[in-house]
Amino acid sequence: MHTDSQIVSAQPLDARSRQLRRHIVTALEGAGKGHVGSALSAVEILRVLYDDIMTYRVSEPAWPDRDRCILSKGHGCLALYAILADKGFIDVQEMSGYTSTGSRLGGCSESMVPGVEATTGALGHGLPVGAGMALAARIQGRPSKVFVVLGDAELDEGSNWEAALFVNKHRLSNLIVIVDRNRLQIAGPTEEVMPLEPLKEKWMAFGFHTVEVDGHDLAQLRRAFENERSTGAPKAVICHTVKGKGFPFAENDHNWHWKGGIDAAWVEKMNLALEEK
Amino acid sequence: MLFAFRDMVYEMAKKDKRIVLICVDQDIGLAKMADEMPNQYFMEGISEANITGVASGLAADGLIPHIVNHASFLTRRPFEQIILDTCLQERNVRFIGMGGGLATAHLGPTHTVIEDLSVMRAVPAMTVIAPCDADEMRRLLPLTVPWAGPIYVRLARYGKPIVSREEDGFAIGKAILLRQAPANAKHVLLISTGAMTNRAVAAANELAASGTECAVLHVHTIKPIDRDAICAHASDASLVVTLEENVLSGGFGSACVEALVDGSDLRPIPPVHRIGLPDRFVHEYGTQESLFEAFGLETHHIVKTVTECVQRMGIRRN
Repeated sequence: MHTDSQIVSAQPLDARSRQLRRHIVTALEGAGKGHVGSALSAVEILRVLYDDIMTYRVSEPAWPDRDRCILSKGHGCLALYAILADKGFIDVQEMSGYTSTGSRLGGCSESMVPGVEATTGALGHGLPVGAGMALAARIQGRPSKVFVVLGDAELDEGSNWEAALFVNKHRLSNLIVIVDRNRLQIAGPTEEVMPLEPLKEKWMAFGFHTVEVDGHDLAQLRRAFENERSTGAPKAVICHTVKGKGFPFAENDHNWHWKGGIDAAWVEKMNLALEEK
Repeated sequence: MLFAFRDMVYEMAKKDKRIVLICVDQDIGLAKMADEMPNQYFMEGISEANITGVASGLAADGLIPHIVNHASFLTRRPFEQIILDTCLQERNVRFIGMGGGLATAHLGPTHTVIEDLSVMRAVPAMTVIAPCDADEMRRLLPLTVPWAGPIYVRLARYGKPIVSREEDGFAIGKAILLRQAPANAKHVLLISTGAMTNRAVAAANELAASGTECAVLHVHTIKPIDRDAICAHASDASLVVTLEENVLSGGFGSACVEALVDGSDLRPIPPVHRIGLPDRFVHEYGTQESLFEAFGLETHHIVKTVTECVQRMGIRRN
């Protein structure tokens, strides 16, 4: 059952969000397959982080004082590759090599790719590692913030909740948990496969200052990620999103979590969907 | 051996701010670090998956975390984190396994980890070390600081008897010849690691007294294994016997045989007999010593086994 706060705006995507999705189409066209739905739900989350929130140096990806973003739901890496290509960490041309032999851009993102902070893909890894990075920043007196983007179904993994205990214990207020709440996993709706609700209350119970936003609304995302507080509590932002956002034929369809057989006709449909309305 | 680790890591941490100790609901006697070095000491809850990820995150930013835990929980529960967060990304995490092998046999098979050497050495990028005594642990630890990549150290429960020698030196990945056979004498090469090394030395002395000459090669670093030393010392041996407090499946003896085969360049290799634990769980309770006895790992078993092998092979005694 969706509540009001879980309704995602049907507002059309702006030019930049459509352009980022075109990078994803380039990759899908090259590979003929890929994790489509899980990437498209996270595009605006990553866009806002890299456009408006995070401090980093494209020319110096290992700059110690940078903010870090870990895409724990590594299968959604096309969204990360798209923003990294857009920013110049990697060449846009590389997108078409997605999952091919000789390419750095695999079906899950690896830390050897400039701008990728941690190798992910096996689920439940990003938050512990991000907690370590946030603790390291505190120990070393760096201003770095750590943003960990978790898939909602990923929360089935117990390691996340071990990490939540740890983050709260150490009051790692330089760490922000972002949940891509698209409500679908491979086998179907999260609430059927493994119910997560009440999710906000769970994070609150673990000591996180928790807010819910429309995960495709740029202003709401900015406000949630920017919000500086003095309580010392870590923060969790539950982003209500649409799996497959931007491709009407794929939206809210768990069969588009992973899609094979992406031929020229599908690519045409995707490009058509990204044309200005 | 734990005390040797404890005392050394404390001194090292005082000098090197990168060294971080993470304990898992168990005080090893360094709680004072919480006050003295609060950024380098963390007593955490029973959450191995998270701790391994956290340590990998700390290491990603240049710290050198040492996770101290029972070898069983250290290696079993967070295996995927060890593989993906630590080894795949070559993070400098130190896994300090207390009581590997039969040391915690009183607590049964949930605690008795007899496959850690096999399992840890199977993971790419992992360095695996089983020091033979407390002195060797002291020589090892400073060398781990500049070592690139993750390390698993199996601490024997007891650091005694001391069989390692200062004059032999110590380098990660370099085997140590603890006992030489007389020049040109037919002899058996005993290759041992961890707590088996003191037994190998004792067995070699007994065997020599009864006319079977033995050399003893102590291989503290199971990975990367010192293939050159193993092949060189095996080349003039009539028989090679490997000794381990670990399952034979994929363990130390297997690593030695692989080294011999891979280093042979298609030439014949000497006969090999492996002494170790069988391919089954340890359901028996007891002490480390009583189970060494039960599983045929004690010095007198080694003497008997080597003697029988020599007899069966018809190796002429010198």
